[in-house]
Amino acid sequence: MEMVQIAVVVVILLALVKPLGTYVYHVFSNEANWTDKVFGPFERLLYKFIGIKNRDGMSWKKYALSFIVTNLILTAAAYLLLRLQWIHLFNPNGMEGMEATLSFNTVISFITNTNLQHYSGESALSYFSQMAVIMMMMFTSAATGFSVAIAFIRGLTSRGQTIGHFFEDFVKAHTRIFLPASFVITLVLVALQVPQTLDPTLTVKTLEGAAQQIAIGPVASLESIKHLGTNGGGFFGVNSAHPFENPNPLTNVIEILSMWVLPAALPYTFGRFAKSKKQGWVIFSAMMVLFLVCLTTVYAAEKAGNPVFGGLGIDASQGSMEGKEVRFGIAGSALFTAVTTAATTGSVNNMHDTLTPIGGLVPMAEMMLNVVFGGKGVGLINMLMYAILAVFLCGLMVGRTPEFLGRKIEPREVKLIAVAILAHPFIILVPTALALLTDAGRAGITNPGFHGISQVLYEFASSAANNGSGFEGLGDNTTFWNISTGLVMLLGRYISIIAMLAVAGSLLRKQPVPETIGTFRTDNALFTGLLIGTVLLIGALTFMPAVALGPIAEYLTIR
Amino acid sequence: MRTNAFAATAGNKPDSSGSILWQALRSSLVFIVLCGVVYPLVSTGAAQLLFPREANGSLVKDGSGQIVGSALIGQPFKDPKYFQGRVSSIEYNAAGSGSNNYAPSNPALLERVNTSIAQWRTENPDVPIEQLPIALITNSGSGLDPHITPQSAAVQIPRISKLTGLDEAELKQLVEVNTEGRSLGLFGENRVNVLKLNLQLADRLAGKSTAPQVKG
Amino acid sequence: MMTNNRQKRMLTADAVQRALKESLLKLNPVTMVKNPVMFVVEVCTVIVLLMTVFPGYFHSEDRIGFNLTVFLILLFTVLFANFAEALAEGRGKAQADSLKKTKQEVMANKLVEGGSINVIKSTELHRGDLVIASQGEMIPCDGEVVEGVASVDESAITGESAPVIKEAGGDFNSVTGGTRVVSDWIKIRVISEPGESFIDRMISLVEGAKRQKTPNEIALGTLLTSLTLIFLIVVVTLGPIAKFVGIELEVPVLIALLVCLIPTTIGGLLSAIGIAGMDRVAQYNVLAMSGKAVEAAGDINTMILDKTGTITFGNRMASEFVAVGSHVKSAELLNWAAISSLKDETPEGRSVLDYMKRNGLPFDTLGAEGGEFIPFRAVTRMSGIDLPDGRQVRKGAVDAVRNWVLSQGGIVPDDLTGKANVIASAGGTPLAVAVDKDVVGLIYLKDTVKPGMSERFEQLRQMGIKTIMCTGDNPLTAATIAKEAGVDGYIAESTPEDKIEVIRREQAEGKLVAMTGDGTNDAPALAQADVGIAMNSGTTAAKEAANMVDLDSDPSKIIEVVAIGKQLLMTRGALTTFSIANDIAKYFAIIPAMFMIVIPQMNALNVMKLGSPYSAILSALIFNAVIIPFLIPLAMKGVAYRPMSGSRLLGRNLLIYGLGGMLAPFIGIKLIDLVVHIWV
Repeated sequence: MEMVQIAVVVVILLALVKPLGTYVYHVFSNEANWTDKVFGPFERLLYKFIGIKNRDGMSWKKYALSFIVTNLILTAAAYLLLRLQWIHLFNPNGMEGMEATLSFNTVISFITNTNLQHYSGESALSYFSQMAVIMMMMFTSAATGFSVAIAFIRGLTSRGQTIGHFFEDFVKAHTRIFLPASFVITLVLVALQVPQTLDPTLTVKTLEGAAQQIAIGPVASLESIKHLGTNGGGFFGVNSAHPFENPNPLTNVIEILSMWVLPAALPYTFGRFAKSKKQGWVIFSAMMVLFLVCLTTVYAAEKAGNPVFGGLGIDASQGSMEGKEVRFGIAGSALFTAVTTAATTGSVNNMHDTLTPIGGLVPMAEMMLNVVFGGKGVGLINMLMYAILAVFLCGLMVGRTPEFLGRKIEPREVKLIAVAILAHPFIILVPTALALLTDAGRAGITNPGFHGISQVLYEFASSAANNGSGFEGLGDNTTFWNISTGLVMLLGRYISIIAMLAVAGSLLRKQPVPETIGTFRTDNALFTGLLIGTVLLIGALTFMPAVALGPIAEYLTIR
Repeated sequence: MRTNAFAATAGNKPDSSGSILWQALRSSLVFIVLCGVVYPLVSTGAAQLLFPREANGSLVKDGSGQIVGSALIGQPFKDPKYFQGRVSSIEYNAAGSGSNNYAPSNPALLERVNTSIAQWRTENPDVPIEQLPIALITNSGSGLDPHITPQSAAVQIPRISKLTGLDEAELKQLVEVNTEGRSLGLFGENRVNVLKLNLQLADRLAGKSTAPQVKG
Repeated sequence: MMTNNRQKRMLTADAVQRALKESLLKLNPVTMVKNPVMFVVEVCTVIVLLMTVFPGYFHSEDRIGFNLTVFLILLFTVLFANFAEALAEGRGKAQADSLKKTKQEVMANKLVEGGSINVIKSTELHRGDLVIASQGEMIPCDGEVVEGVASVDESAITGESAPVIKEAGGDFNSVTGGTRVVSDWIKIRVISEPGESFIDRMISLVEGAKRQKTPNEIALGTLLTSLTLIFLIVVVTLGPIAKFVGIELEVPVLIALLVCLIPTTIGGLLSAIGIAGMDRVAQYNVLAMSGKAVEAAGDINTMILDKTGTITFGNRMASEFVAVGSHVKSAELLNWAAISSLKDETPEGRSVLDYMKRNGLPFDTLGAEGGEFIPFRAVTRMSGIDLPDGRQVRKGAVDAVRNWVLSQGGIVPDDLTGKANVIASAGGTPLAVAVDKDVVGLIYLKDTVKPGMSERFEQLRQMGIKTIMCTGDNPLTAATIAKEAGVDGYIAESTPEDKIEVIRREQAEGKLVAMTGDGTNDAPALAQADVGIAMNSGTTAAKEAANMVDLDSDPSKIIEVVAIGKQLLMTRGALTTFSIANDIAKYFAIIPAMFMIVIPQMNALNVMKLGSPYSAILSALIFNAVIIPFLIPLAMKGVAYRPMSGSRLLGRNLLIYGLGGMLAPFIGIKLIDLVVHIWV
């Protein structure tokens, strides 16, 4: 039964990829289509508010500048709102202003779509902050990532000088995707018992007569965009493990699908842009294969349970239930874990810190690879980066200057990609080493031994991949952790996005090379295999030694 | 400064950096209002209108109409005559949420589990520990898990029967009534809502004269 | 063929000795830093050396033996890489040396105003000067023949011993300094300044002095450098991470891990592959002006080939006799054909008699004894013979002969034009033979396609390369030859402008175009093409415009050049893949070894069951070092290349170098460990 429910969710996802991918293509192809009629009038109003007169395409530099400036302004505004929380607007529980480094960490965390949370929403944020800071940035960061991914796709698949108009993409991502979808899913979640209220924390008298305080708030409206936008920051500290955020298996499935479906549909959208659906499916298949390997591993590891309990004589047949909720069981938890780190959402419905060593290795690996579907657009961008890299290595082996989608891969592109692939291990491993070297870093570690390394490694992998989940035991609301992860999140987001936009800008200008029988084909099963191989060889080998000392050593010593 | 440096290379028109800054400012304002204020408030209004019970936390009342908690949020049950929920390091304090996040290799985890087992042995001498399900002695992720597995409820029946005098068959039937199946018969796990179960248990006990006062 | 002989003696003891010496000199960090991968290894070598020599400073007293071993292995890793490069360079240097010998200073007979001759050193000649070179003298400079005809021995450059005719005007007027006049004399106008001559350029090219990295090499180098940096980060951060769980990693062990992980195999062989690739082109006696041109050859989509000389032998040869009018295909026709060609020394003329002799056709030319030969003239477009008995025999273009017959009051048979057209449409050239007022028949001249051409074009098709044939022939003839040779397209009645037009058209579609050419007319097209190969026999203008010069003047060699270009890229790709794939096994050797002392359970990862932690580390390191010399022959020769489609080629190379690269080190390290474990 557990396998069946996982399989059903995967099948639903597969069924959604094509229609949704097609829809996204129609939204951003800028060809006239039916979506214009529905959304056009409202968008024209927004364009007017924003002051956009013409929507001519931008060069990649102008596009990058636009999204950076916009993100900068949003970040500044959000920082101010957090610091000025004491003004008590929609603040029934009387939250005070947030501390400076925590505010720094939080706004970076949300503008980068990471949603690493060094605070607990129920004890640190006013409802206004949850709405105007958290939900607002969940929308805008997702829309930014989506826009950039579309711009990148345009660069790869079209010719000329421009990759689209940022503000137009940004508006459309909101009006045609995130806002309507979030509203519908909010109402579905409320119908399934997720609260949505502005009332303050409840106090009830329990059955035994004790007083119980129950934090509550506008949870559903955050929950929907949290997953649709692959954001992942919870309304409450324990995120989607909290019964208010994720009250039953149905909401669990809805949350899994809503964070998974857009990243999974994007490769198909890419295929539509590339005028080669096969090319889209190749990318999708590579992601799916990696995903299924990860899912199987985490499920098997959690089902097998914690070997430490093996000798206690209790009935441990259910698997590792520490940190998991009864309503989700092993299957619902393992699937959520695999999807949330694949889609770099970072919400959790079980505590990743408590996963078995190999079970915990899976989410860590997915973030280190950062290509298994990936967050709003970034996963696709990264996967395409690996595709270009695979083309480069293997293209040489067919005796031609490597080309991808008819564009030659030359020193400029390789240099930019080198920056991106270099950045990822750098911003994970170097801070990890620093944290383990310094007292300030070590102070946060709450589990002894090898798992301590895993905690630190996970935190930075999560920050770098803009995932946001945590090995939550880590005591991370300190200056050291707030600043270090803040910087890692910034670098993790913007270095690769800017480098890849530059690649797009460069490929855009190239004269396409016609395809011949001598061309190295990138739209077949062989290339899917190659892509997976490249991801594993270049992406994964980097982290082998550190992982060996973390989860693998933990696994070997307790089995 | 940085903005200008970028613009010098990026712009087709000389005023582009100015217009980008201006457009970025205005679009930020638009989306702060739209996504940060309009969207959540409209959502709240619609939710309160359409699903008032669910939107306000699915509160549960006892027989006397008194609110005793939320169906979704677990409660601590100190009295061994009630069904016990799962381990919660935060004592089901729903003002917050969370757990100790013990790693599988953490000695503290083993220590806590051993304590739980020892306590189980003293409270349930009639049930062999081979039947003690792992879910019952592990900490839920949220620390607020309102459910236990049906097996976790079943193994507590002998103890509760002994302490309350209710016979096991009746308790078993209570547990069965309060067992929620998989959603759509497919998703999730079979589970027993501890608060609802104990509410009915309390009602039964109140029906019997031996029961202590439940209605507060 | 002879060229290969010249090149084969590259792996002589002398060359190896020189390379050994060079590989030591190359340890100089200033040169080493240009290869970041090997530079990192060198720095590591120095660090381990210091730890071995001054153990006190590093608290490594108890590890001197191990450290010394690591130092030696690292040193050899660097030396092996240097040796590969030096060996590749050495081959070029040897070639350059033999060229330099031809460049001894010679005296030049400079023609000064007034017609007298001034004997000066060749180094004092300047562009525009006129010199005379006579029998037995060395031509002192590159130049164009402005007067005279001479046969010139160009073996110093081409290796071809048969002398070639050089004459003023036309496409055979260019001479190269350093070649020798073997008969007659020529007047030459100097076209290069001292030190810029063709031989000078050739020397600097083969010596690699001006060797610039190609775009592909730069891109790959960037990738390798970033991989090196990544692994540097991995290893540097590993120390603190391990320390957290109480594992103190020794620096030499970390260095061993680093050196094993960074792509030393391809890093050490990369420049050797590039040099050897250029060298292979040189072995085919093709002089590439840059490595970029060789790589571009691998990317060629379209090849433009001249029909004559490349696809066909170029000589039209008699292949049939056709009677016209009342005549029958009889001894009479054969006799007249033979008589008309008896004294005709043109290839066509000779081919008539050759054909008859070869096929045992009887003919009688007695009547021609003492006749007067009428040579071919452009005006008449006929040649022939006036017999002693007064009869006139003429042979030539059909309309010319017809007009000649008509002008004498003769009657042209009705079927002449028809039969001539049949021959033309079959790709042949009809020659009419007439005696006085009577046209007796037609000689069918056929241009013969070189054997094996259609197979080669088929191979090119499999590589995805389209061939376009250019010919001055009429469309009918062109179509026939094109069909017979199996080219993909043709341009009939083509002019040099047509070639440029075709090249531009193909390039507009994003295709890369290669062509060969020799005439001055070809120069613009050669310059426009992505790969232009000029014939050495051709004009200077053509050679200047081209980016390759074929010293043998064999236009069909372009096909080999393409294969070499592909091979060069493939070799780089294959060795890179191999190098990276090796890392998996090295991880399984070193990671458990590093941590096993503190975490004994790590032995579970020791899948190769290596003897001890230290022998595991040393074995991986030794494998990493010796794989370089093992692969030198492959780097030099290039990956075996057979024409096939991109997908099949990839599948094959992936299997060998990808999968092989994963498995080989598992076996290699295990075998080395069996030996090393005897000591550690």
